[in-house]
Amino acid sequence: MTRFLMSTAAAAALAISATAALAEGETIGFSQIGSESGWRAAETTLTKTQAEERGLKLQFSDAQQKQENQIAAIRSFIAQGVDAILLAPVVATGWDAVLQEAKEAEIPVVLLDRQVDSSDDLYLTAVGSNLVHEGEVAGKWLVDTVGDKECRVVELQGTTGSSPAIDRKKGFENALAGHDNLKIVRSQTGDFTRAQGKEVMESFLQAENGGKDICALYAHNDDMAVGAIQAIKEAGLKPGTDILVVSIDGVPDLFQAMANGEANATVELTPNMAGPAFDALAAYWKDGTQPAKFLQTESKLYTQADDPAGEYERRKGLGY
Amino acid sequence: MTLLKRIAPQLVALALLVALVTVFYPDFLKIGISGDRLVGPMIDVLKRGAPVALLAVGMTLVIATRGIDLSVGTTMAICGAVAAWAVAGGWGLVPALLLALAAGALAGLWNGLLVAVVGIQPFVATLILMTMGRGIAQLITEGRILTFTDAGFAFFGSGSLLGLPVPAWLWLACGLGMAALMRRTALGLLVESIGINRRASALAGVNATVLLIAVYVVSGLCAALAGIVVTADIRGADANNAGLWLELDAILAVVIGGNSLLGGRFSIIASLLGALIIQTIDTGILLAGFPSEYNLVIKAGLVLVILVLQSPRIAAEWRLWRDSHRASREAALQRGAAK
Repeated sequence: MTRFLMSTAAAAALAISATAALAEGETIGFSQIGSESGWRAAETTLTKTQAEERGLKLQFSDAQQKQENQIAAIRSFIAQGVDAILLAPVVATGWDAVLQEAKEAEIPVVLLDRQVDSSDDLYLTAVGSNLVHEGEVAGKWLVDTVGDKECRVVELQGTTGSSPAIDRKKGFENALAGHDNLKIVRSQTGDFTRAQGKEVMESFLQAENGGKDICALYAHNDDMAVGAIQAIKEAGLKPGTDILVVSIDGVPDLFQAMANGEANATVELTPNMAGPAFDALAAYWKDGTQPAKFLQTESKLYTQADDPAGEYERRKGLGY
Repeated sequence: MTLLKRIAPQLVALALLVALVTVFYPDFLKIGISGDRLVGPMIDVLKRGAPVALLAVGMTLVIATRGIDLSVGTTMAICGAVAAWAVAGGWGLVPALLLALAAGALAGLWNGLLVAVVGIQPFVATLILMTMGRGIAQLITEGRILTFTDAGFAFFGSGSLLGLPVPAWLWLACGLGMAALMRRTALGLLVESIGINRRASALAGVNATVLLIAVYVVSGLCAALAGIVVTADIRGADANNAGLWLELDAILAVVIGGNSLLGGRFSIIASLLGALIIQTIDTGILLAGFPSEYNLVIKAGLVLVILVLQSPRIAAEWRLWRDSHRASREAALQRGAAK
């Protein structure tokens, strides 16, 4: 409460009169993209629980993949006079006007998980993961695990042209650079889906001597890896043993696969983007601390040794 | 014999395509045996082509009535979600399958009523379910990928029977059965008559309304089967991605099969070949190992070539050129003889 008073001296008088309401905690408007993936559902769930834990009131708005819905939601948050706005932008462009309105209303905006093309003085900070770094963590795990052995790697890319696909590919290649025993022999898009991951993996197995020539699979997301694991099993090989499986995201089903010994490692893309955002807002409210313009979340590596069964139990209720 | 003549262009296209893929991936026609099942790229084509082939069966009939069914991809997602929900909820295999088929029939009934009774244009009527249905599927799965472990259900996606994958048996049975039903009875003729002129066929005593509804219900049932196959294949219902854009591949299969979008005469067998052609392109691209940026361009290019070669105008020009060539040669011969 006091931090709010200090941060907005101009509105101090008004704030005092509103003390009773503020005792409930600040109100945060959250404009979410939609619920197109399990990960996003988990992000929504975690944002709600994080707000609850901190005694913040969360106004949630689902934009159903439409920018105009997000802009309308932000305008209504401004009209309601919320204390801060969280925005997971569906696209990168076209935010200047509405962010300017929020700035003029002195409402700090924090971007979650995706970036915008607007000038960075229009928002307080952006919380997100570094996609290249995720690829590097996955690649480094494979380099360390394989050692000096010859290893032919197949890669399941994300949707062609999408930034996660480009950056996760780049990061993985960065990690493999200088290790000539590891070679990416086949690389195709699996569109981030289970069905495509399985179909493309089948063709990899077919083309690489029934899979006997493949030593490891790198998938740009866990869903494709889950599909590929089934393809490997149906080809009569043991995923996790005959073919190493490393992927990115950390969804519950992959933890289950790891618990069964069918996957080896995943790099978590944490759905808890709201935690760091609320921390930054708290510091800003307290004494006006300006956070860095990009707060990078940790890209944590989980392997079979990290209690995958327990991690599965912890995650399955999050709405993935 | 007439059937062979009808499907000759599709057979030639498929053969040329297989030859082309074999250039880039020499083992394409190789078939091996692993355990009790056949394995090889051609077997993969038969298996992976199942969803589009199943959809193409229903789509051919709908298009023959001068309609179109844009909702089949979405119906797949709904039926897959229903099946996975029922299996995961412990309802058992048979009730789950029946529920999924019922959901497909219901979707078809909805489309059929809008088209045949309310009189909405098929494009618009089925567009409604196409856009709305994915939301219904997401409500069933609660936005997650609904996974299950029932081995009996998984059999429909990745099992094998007498060496061939179960999905291949499904579309073969469904397609050949439907083709026989249409051609061994007068049904096919009646469907064609509606497509050519609904009012005239109604005046001639065809119960056009019931038949139209039935055609959309069949399309819904085919979509339900396709939904069961893809859901069983990945052991999970992915409401966001199951059947996404597959209605377009199904329409393409019908068109490659030489069926007119203006309705009338149709051939289910030719549509099935169309589906096989599409899947051969897809599988061929994956095996050839091109960078994925080229996938769609290659696919579009090949489809364009196939369609251009099949176009009636090109065929007419070719016949005209051949005949005039022949005539002038004969004239030259006659002149030579006269001398």
